[in-house]
Amino acid sequence: MHKLLVDQPGKKKFLLGNEAISRGAIEAGLAFASTYPGTPSSEISLNFFQIARESELYFEYSTNEKVALEVAAAAANSGLRSMCIMKHVGMNVAADALMTLAYVGVHGGMIILTADDPYMFSSQNEQDSRYYGKLSGLPILEPSSAQEAKDMLEYAFELSEALQEPVIFRTTTRLNHSTAPIVFGSIKPPQTSGAFCKDPFNYVTVPAVSRNLHVKLVKHIEEAERMACESTCNFTVGEGGWGIICNGVSYNYATDAVRDLDVRDKTKILRIGFSHPMPGRLIKSFLSECEKVLIVEEGEPYMEEAVKALAQEAGLTLPIRGKDPGLFSRLFEFDPGMVRKCIASYFEIPYEAEQPPDASDILELPQRPPNLCAGCSHRATFYAVNKAAEGMETIRPTDIGCYTLGFMPPLSNGDFLICMGSSIGTSCGFSKATGKKVIGFIGDSTFFHSGIPGLINAVFNRHDLTLVILDNQTTAMTGHQPHPGVDMEALDYSGYQQVSIESVVRGIGVEHVSVIKPYNVKKSIAAVKEAISHDGVSVIIARQNCTLFDKSLKKSVGRPFYVSDRCQNHRLCINELGCPAFYIENDRVQIDSTLCTGCGVCAQICPEHAILPLKKNQ
Amino acid sequence: MDTKRLIIVAVGGQGNLLASKVLGEAACRLDVPVRMSEIHGMAQRGGVVESAMVFGEAESTIISDGEADLLLGFEPLEALRAVKKCNPRTVGITNISPLPPFTASIGKGRYPEIDTIVQQLKSKIGRLIPLDAKAQAKAAGNELSVNMVLLGALIETHILPVTPKSVSDAIKETTKAAFLETNLKAFEAGRAAVKNPLT
Repeated sequence: MHKLLVDQPGKKKFLLGNEAISRGAIEAGLAFASTYPGTPSSEISLNFFQIARESELYFEYSTNEKVALEVAAAAANSGLRSMCIMKHVGMNVAADALMTLAYVGVHGGMIILTADDPYMFSSQNEQDSRYYGKLSGLPILEPSSAQEAKDMLEYAFELSEALQEPVIFRTTTRLNHSTAPIVFGSIKPPQTSGAFCKDPFNYVTVPAVSRNLHVKLVKHIEEAERMACESTCNFTVGEGGWGIICNGVSYNYATDAVRDLDVRDKTKILRIGFSHPMPGRLIKSFLSECEKVLIVEEGEPYMEEAVKALAQEAGLTLPIRGKDPGLFSRLFEFDPGMVRKCIASYFEIPYEAEQPPDASDILELPQRPPNLCAGCSHRATFYAVNKAAEGMETIRPTDIGCYTLGFMPPLSNGDFLICMGSSIGTSCGFSKATGKKVIGFIGDSTFFHSGIPGLINAVFNRHDLTLVILDNQTTAMTGHQPHPGVDMEALDYSGYQQVSIESVVRGIGVEHVSVIKPYNVKKSIAAVKEAISHDGVSVIIARQNCTLFDKSLKKSVGRPFYVSDRCQNHRLCINELGCPAFYIENDRVQIDSTLCTGCGVCAQICPEHAILPLKKNQ
Repeated sequence: MDTKRLIIVAVGGQGNLLASKVLGEAACRLDVPVRMSEIHGMAQRGGVVESAMVFGEAESTIISDGEADLLLGFEPLEALRAVKKCNPRTVGITNISPLPPFTASIGKGRYPEIDTIVQQLKSKIGRLIPLDAKAQAKAAGNELSVNMVLLGALIETHILPVTPKSVSDAIKETTKAAFLETNLKAFEAGRAAVKNPLT
């Protein structure tokens, strides 16, 4: 049985925040879940994927966040408790559906989980998703710890059902990826069969209908604010004239700081866990009891703006600060020491910060950047493109996935990237604007996610570009989730139909399509050369299973190679491929046989053919 | 209960996440409050993996610069890189068996001498326990048990509010049956290395 399905109320397990969230949803009787994977939220849906195999839960990996949200919205409007999981930038993809779903509302409870990523540990921006609450009018709940997240989910479903609106459940990386002892509650059996009552004058959002629906939404927002003022998610701790208003993980740092600084008798903390709409009456009453207030929130001054406006409404003139050159920044992640220092400085508490050792005399340490894995087929594809386009001036937009790492030397493939699917749209623009040869790169999962409309655009508008689709048969970067191009039967999953990338590309009308096996260097270079000499849209599908995934499935990879004494030390292998299996010993290139997966790419480019497969007994 | 803060640094694949899970389970068994945070997005692609563990009365799951009571380095270069997390009272334990980053292995950047790393680290913190965890693990029967050797060494600093028994029980619960014996042996080897240092 899946560890999150154990029905033992009171049992304590050391769980990841994302596991606690999955458990909370299961305890609340979740019936239906959809997602597109995105770190730091990925483990939530991975658990649902596993749980769905042995329970009544319906779960799907949808093609992108917008589709996932639409799928879940229909389930919720058929009365099922549903959940849609994404990372913060996924909210942008889903936003079109989100904005008008708020007008229509839901019947069964619906949670839209967004995992923000302050400091961008694994993201392209650190946008603050709380503004989606303001933009859409939907309520937002924000837990501070893994246990609270688990416990808050039942409340989130109840709130959604009471308001008849989806609830945005906002987390940040430090909650998703923190681990703590979690106490289980009991599991409520899900209601799994839905029914949809037709009511087109409330569900079909033509202007005349939407005018009424917007009136309804505004009423719901007012009702939500009343509920936020009563909610136990917004609570006060302590007594005193120094006020701290905080949310999410900042609450943990503020709590620790107040204890460490020994000012518990002077300080009152208002923790906002129901942050849209902001609880006006509650905040005004809190402010009226304070001499001065500090707002502790990562990201944008979302609460600060609201609190200052509320103070103005109430005619209160006490000092309120948050984002300020001498205090908190809008940038990056907070930490306990930083919060302690800002609290001490704002309330003028004597405090000496712990000093890290003087590191000025520490020698320069070599960096350890992440790299494409040993044997990764993307490396072979990038090499083939570099060879095929040698001497040409090209622009190479890239996309989001492991292969983004190809922008680093020595492969140096990747000139522009803004979001999922952007490789193709930007390829179109660069090609027209500069007249240069453009070669774009996109992964298989990303192609399905948001690449297809860009490719149709390229064909329709007769752009001149080559698109390389890096098809490694998995969504590798986020932990090897399936996507529509994956052969699910081979992974022992039934009930799926594989979508062929090649058929999609041909169906769109791309005239020049080739499929390469990137480990075959010579043929790959020739195919790329031909594709880039084509005038118009050409597509190369580079197909080779992800080695890391194959290893994790215990599939056999190739026999490792070694460098024989024929080597003349040209070092093309290191200088042009940069595979992490290479190392230099006594000024000679060697191959770490524990890392080498036997792809044989280096053996094919060595001018002396000095790289050979290890014999079985070698 | 005093708050104790432990930083663990490693290179992807060294098994530090299992080590921190074992420590967390051990603390749970003793009802010691514990929280942990880890950044592992690029772990499988050769990057650095850092875990923070906070034991005792605290809500935070991460550790600020200068505030670690303990530093556990799975790899000497990464241990030295993490020195900013330490202060002059921090106790450090580091494996001295290097895993050079790719840049250094191909001659673009130089991996410092191990002795230099140890000396520099020693001069910056309260006390340093260097040990060859890889050799110890090998002797215990499995080179991959570096994490268990280091756990053993960590326990013998007596700084964390967990007992050797709670840790070995947690190892029994957490590790696969096939590795249990060598893991426990490696754990004991790590303990012995600190109790009877060679120098």
